[in-house]
Amino acid sequence: MTTEQTASTMQVVAVVGTGLAGLSSARALRELGFTGRIVLIGDEKHDPYDRPPLSKAFLAGEWDPAKIALGLPTDAGLDLDWRLGEQAVGLSPEGSGWVVDLEHGEGVRADGVVIATGARARKLPGQVLAGVHTLRTLDDALALKAELVPGARLVIVGGGFIGAEIASTAVMLGIDTTVVEMAPALLAGPLGDAAGAAMARIHEAHGVKVLTGVGVSGLTGESGRVAGVSLADGRSLMADVVVVGIGSVPNTEWLAGSGLTGPDGDLAGGVLTEEDGRTALPGVVATGDCTATHHPFAGRVTRQEHWTHAAQHPTQAVAVLIGAPAPVVAPAMRVPYVWSEQYGQHFQFAGHHQPGDEAEVVDGDLEDLTDPAFTVVYRREGEPVGVFGVGRPKVFGRWRRELAKRLS
Amino acid sequence: MIRVCAVEEIPEGEAVRVESGPDGVPVAVFNVGGNYYAIDDTCSHQDASLAEGYVEEDDCAVECPLHATCFDLRTGQPSGPPARVPVRTHTVVIENGDVHVALSQATAQVA
Ligand SMILES: Cc1cc2nc3c(=O)[nH]c(=O)nc-3n(C[C@H](O)[C@H](O)[C@H](O)COP(=O)(O)OP(=O)(O)OC[C@H]3O[C@@H](n4cnc5c(N)ncnc54)[C@H](O)[C@@H]3O)c2cc1C
Ligand code: FES
Repeated sequence: MTTEQTASTMQVVAVVGTGLAGLSSARALRELGFTGRIVLIGDEKHDPYDRPPLSKAFLAGEWDPAKIALGLPTDAGLDLDWRLGEQAVGLSPEGSGWVVDLEHGEGVRADGVVIATGARARKLPGQVLAGVHTLRTLDDALALKAELVPGARLVIVGGGFIGAEIASTAVMLGIDTTVVEMAPALLAGPLGDAAGAAMARIHEAHGVKVLTGVGVSGLTGESGRVAGVSLADGRSLMADVVVVGIGSVPNTEWLAGSGLTGPDGDLAGGVLTEEDGRTALPGVVATGDCTATHHPFAGRVTRQEHWTHAAQHPTQAVAVLIGAPAPVVAPAMRVPYVWSEQYGQHFQFAGHHQPGDEAEVVDGDLEDLTDPAFTVVYRREGEPVGVFGVGRPKVFGRWRRELAKRLS
Repeated sequence: MIRVCAVEEIPEGEAVRVESGPDGVPVAVFNVGGNYYAIDDTCSHQDASLAEGYVEEDDCAVECPLHATCFDLRTGQPSGPPARVPVRTHTVVIENGDVHVALSQATAQVA
């Protein structure tokens, strides 16, 4: 089946996953002129909502569920066929199209399929204890928030973006907060050791205890509830609440047997796609956190688990699906981009960092902890490949455009 | 009409924020190549201050410092998600070397 045939015969598109990438796909289909039926299948019962606030203003209690809704009044005009609370369990060919099998309801027949099932939080192996949380969904955030009561001792396992954001929110709520990170610095993976160490100092200045270079060997419990965290060096921490923030796992199991694969031959690393979302199957595209793509910026296959990607990439993917010309994306918008908010400050990162890249502070001061404002540029063989900015959006914007030159 | 500042107080590619216009809403005035534009300062997506954003002189636009939607300074229209709703534009009047803004009360039109 060629793309042209697919496009001309396409009457029903099934979008699987009703997160940001799924909703953005449905909107983009209409914006690009698709007039057929759009069926949206999502296993969460909630209408689409925004995840970034779950570790920030929502967890702090400043925002309510209405404020994180992704839906807009104009969405009513999109004429979407919603299947909320339904899990897709299989994808199989039928005639010239596909059937998305559902766990409970009847399968959905579609000419085109958008895979947007995102990812879920990775958990620690072992027994299930009350008081141990991960944070990915609205329900997770409500459960965690209920336990962040004054006087609680919180231990966060993992010092990545999610862990650092939860630490910032919790300590501002007056919670006794400790972060444990195996790497030598907080956020060392995305930011490198020097910027990561600066982040750790900012957290410590706000009262968070930061333990780096040490792993967690297990959790201890009493009567089914967590009581402590054991560290690999023999120390142990008392804890009333534990959050595990050790990365995510793409939701791809339902695609087993479909013929799709991931970067390492199995689907565990995400659905392998071209840069535009094309998969190995005709009439099937994938977008958002569930995908693994060769990104020209990184120069290798990566998963881009960031909001901006899940908001913008679906337009490219559905354009491929329905054979419409994809709108041109400005080079600066093709540079991978992630933001974070901690202690009321904006943190922005664009590009790609890998061990061995040289970090240079091009503006500001890494040592200023009270009102941090600095910009770090990462270079590989002398070429700028990444930029990290705190409280300096103008400088950051300029560097983001500088990085985009790598793509032209 | 309210006085914002003297013209030389807004360098090229920069903006000045008027904390509270007559209707109580902060407004940002930008200098793009010697032309002045005024829009509501608060991004229509969440609550970032657009005066802090990067000014894209070629496109006459400002990039929101938080989630990077660009707003056209002439029309207030957003370039794409996350912001979908335009911001209001206001009229700038230069008089005796001062920048003044006449606030429009109209709500911006969704394109
Ligand atoms: C707490 C938190 C904070 C974040 N903060 C930031 C931030 O500050 N900046 C930033 O850039 N990014 C941030 N992110 C990342 C950003 O939210 C994600 O990149 C984005 O949500 C990805 O969207 P998605 O639609 O691809 O996947 P998801 O949001 O994971 O949505 C996928 C949906 O599909 C559903 N689904 C899964 N399997 C099935 C199935 N078999 N059948 C039906 N439905 C299924 C899932 O339940 C889910 O509802 C944050 C994420 C989290 C969790
Ligand atoms: S606050 Fe401006 S784009 Fe989100």
